[in-house]
Parts: sequence; C-alpha cells; structure tokens
Amino acid sequence: MTYLAKSPWIIHYDASSCNGCDIEILACLTPMYDVERFGIINTGNPKHADIFVVTGSVNEHNREVILNIYNQMPDPKVVVAVGICATSGGVFRECYNVAGGIDKLIPVDVYVMGCAARPESIIDGIVTALGILEEKRSKNIHSAPVTDHHENKEHNNHSQGGAS
Amino acid sequence: MINPAWALVFALVAPVAGGLVAGIDRKITAHMQGRVGPSIFQPFYDVGKLFEKEQAVVNETQTFYAICYLVFMIFTGALFFAGGDLLLVIFALTLAQIFLVLGAFAANSPYSYVGAERELLQILAYEPMVILTAVGMFVATKSFNVSDIATSASPVILLLPGIFLGFLYVLTIKLRKSPFDISTSHHAHQEIVKGVTTEFSGPSLGLIEVTHWYEVVLLLGFVYLFFGFSPLIAALAVAVVYILEILVDNTNARVRWQLAVRSSWLIAAVVGLVNLAGLYVLSGGI
Repeated sequence: MTYLAKSPWIIHYDASSCNGCDIEILACLTPMYDVERFGIINTGNPKHADIFVVTGSVNEHNREVILNIYNQMPDPKVVVAVGICATSGGVFRECYNVAGGIDKLIPVDVYVMGCAARPESIIDGIVTALGILEEKRSKNIHSAPVTDHHENKEHNNHSQGGAS
Repeated sequence: MINPAWALVFALVAPVAGGLVAGIDRKITAHMQGRVGPSIFQPFYDVGKLFEKEQAVVNETQTFYAICYLVFMIFTGALFFAGGDLLLVIFALTLAQIFLVLGAFAANSPYSYVGAERELLQILAYEPMVILTAVGMFVATKSFNVSDIATSASPVILLLPGIFLGFLYVLTIKLRKSPFDISTSHHAHQEIVKGVTTEFSGPSLGLIEVTHWYEVVLLLGFVYLFFGFSPLIAALAVAVVYILEILVDNTNARVRWQLAVRSSWLIAAVVGLVNLAGLYVLSGGI
C-alpha cells in the first residue's frame, strides 16, 4: 500500500514565465477543477513538496533558484515542466538571455505542452508524474544533487572591466 | 483515581479520532468554499506519505525535539484522560509545545525562527486563559482532578459561561485556525513558508502532524469537561464547538500577532476574571 500517489504536494516556481501558465496552475486549485480532491496541495516549501512544477525557461537570474529548490526537496521527487517555455524555451529559445528549457539544468520527468498549458493538461501531467513518483519510490531511486557547471563568464568579465 | 486503562485508550484511539476530525474538517472546509474536497481519510494518506519520504534534516536534534513533542503530547493527553491533575496537564501541554519551538529554533533558518517566535507568542497569548480555565474548574467543582470534574454533577457550563467563552477564544489559537493561525496554518501554505514546520520534512513532519491530532482530541476533551454532567450534551457541544471553529476559520482573515496577544489577554482578564469573581461572591468564598 502506497500513500505517495494519494498525497502529492507540489511546489510551483515561476522561472521567467509570462504568468500565463502560472494562472492556469492556480486555476487548477479553484472550485472549478479543485485538485485538492486528489490530495494535491500547493505548498510553498520545497522541503514539504514531492512534485516540482516549473513554468518558464532558465535564465541567469533563476538558475540558482531552480537548483536550490530542486536540491532541497527530499526524495522521492519528480519535476514537471509546464508550458512550452519550460519544455524547450518556446518562442524565447533564441533570446540572448534564455538558456532554454528546464531540462538544461535539472532532470525533467514530465513535459506539459501548451501556451498557455490548459488546466486539464496540467492535471494530466501531474497524474502522469504520480506514476513516475511511485516508480521512483518502489525502485528506491535517489536523485543526486545537481550542481551548476555553467560559468558566469559575463559577470567575471564585468568585474575585470568589460567583455573579452 | 488515575485510571491507566483510559491512558492506553487515549494513546491508541486519539490519533485515529484526531485524523478523522482533521479529514472531516477538510471536507467541511471544502464544501464551505464550494469545492468537493479530499476524502475524509486524506490526513492519513498525507502522514503515510510523509513517512515514505526521505528524512532530510538540517540539524540532527530536530528529530529528537519532534519525538519529544509527540511523547509529551501523548503524556499530557494520557494524564488528562486517565483523570489526572488538570494543572499538571496544562503544564505538560506547555512543555510539549516548547519542544516544538526548540525544534524550530534548532535549524538556522529565518522562516523557522520567525515561526518559533510566533509560536512562543501564541503560547503567551493562550496560557493565561487556559490556567484560568483550570482555576474556574476548581472553583466550580472543588477539585483539580479531571476524573472528579468530568463526573461532577454540578453544571459547570452554567457556573463558568464566561470562562467557557474565553476558552473558545483561545481554542482557535490552539487548533491553529484563522484568525489566529499565526505560527503555522493548515491552509496558508505559502505564508511565512509554513512557520514552525519550515525545516521539518518527511517523517519528522509526519510526527508533528500526528502530535497535532493528539492535541485536537485533548482540547476537545477540555470542552467536554464543561458539560461533564451529561455525556450526551457534552458530545453534542464538542461537535458544535468544532464546527463553529471551522466556520470561524473560513470566514476570518489572519490578524497580526499583536492583536492576538492583546485580545486574548483582554478576554481572559474580562470574561475570565469577572466570571471567577462572580462565582466567588455567589458561593461566599472558596
């Protein structure tokens, strides 16, 4: 008997999203969709969470935050990338300040498509994540802490007096 | 006088009863908000899940404090249901609560610190009224022993209406309900990032949740004492009080801690002391 799939607590982080997907995630909590009936709770604390729901793409400002949240979550944990920006960078993928989808930084388990992702597809994504969560628990998979190998060249250059 | 069988019954039955109360609470809350809400067994799923998670601690002693919180809460409740001394019950309850505060202070985290400080303020807020309740019980029934108070033929509620109202006021603080869910809350998951429970995760968070179930049963036992002359009315009163607490929880915004402390002290000073003084004059002294 497992309880993990009956009580998934999520932590939601908006990584440079336009807020479209975030509003759809919050729509899931309203009486219309009421995901709490499946035991899903939107926590604000990575240490209490099982599912990391990220919207938007990785950039220089949020990569540290994403890593911090991911590394603080206790195992078993899964990552759900919601929306096309979190999946691949979307229309912003070639911007100079965008590194790409969330999987450039941390391992992503479920990709939810859409711009913005619809509440139905977000719920579907979370339910898919529950299966992966349960698999990780039964196989006792421990996610190793992720460290950022990205060197902050621009910043170093600034400190040395401009671009090289 | 002390009946160990009841202590054992409390230790075994209280988590089941408390968990069900929490589940029914969530269901009623959801219906009040126009939602379907989770199953009434959801709190058990949640705690079961927490025990399946990895134990990630910041400081090793945290888990020790969480276990102490649970042990002393069981001790407090067992003493209460076995019919022990009400004053000892109240002091043991405070001790249990202090272990939660120590657990929150054990991790060097600003959110945890804020939560611990707010928990201390809550203790400061409700303690005078809880002690006045014990004193009132003594004046009304001439005994501090729960076994005597619970079986006393005198209608305690009629003698202590003010103290009962004051106790209901601080019960909101103890049950962690709005408007006094200052240190941590069942609903506001993002606010001060869950206060005292910030640095607890997995099994130790589960222990804190189970402890809260014990605490809820103990507090509803306090409500029972006011109606000890008739078990039927008492059971009804306990149900009405809890539903009232849920209603208050859902219709009030959180207040600042200053207001929580001031108002609960004011209530204790006014309704509690006036009630005691009236009782004292009427009965012609203790």
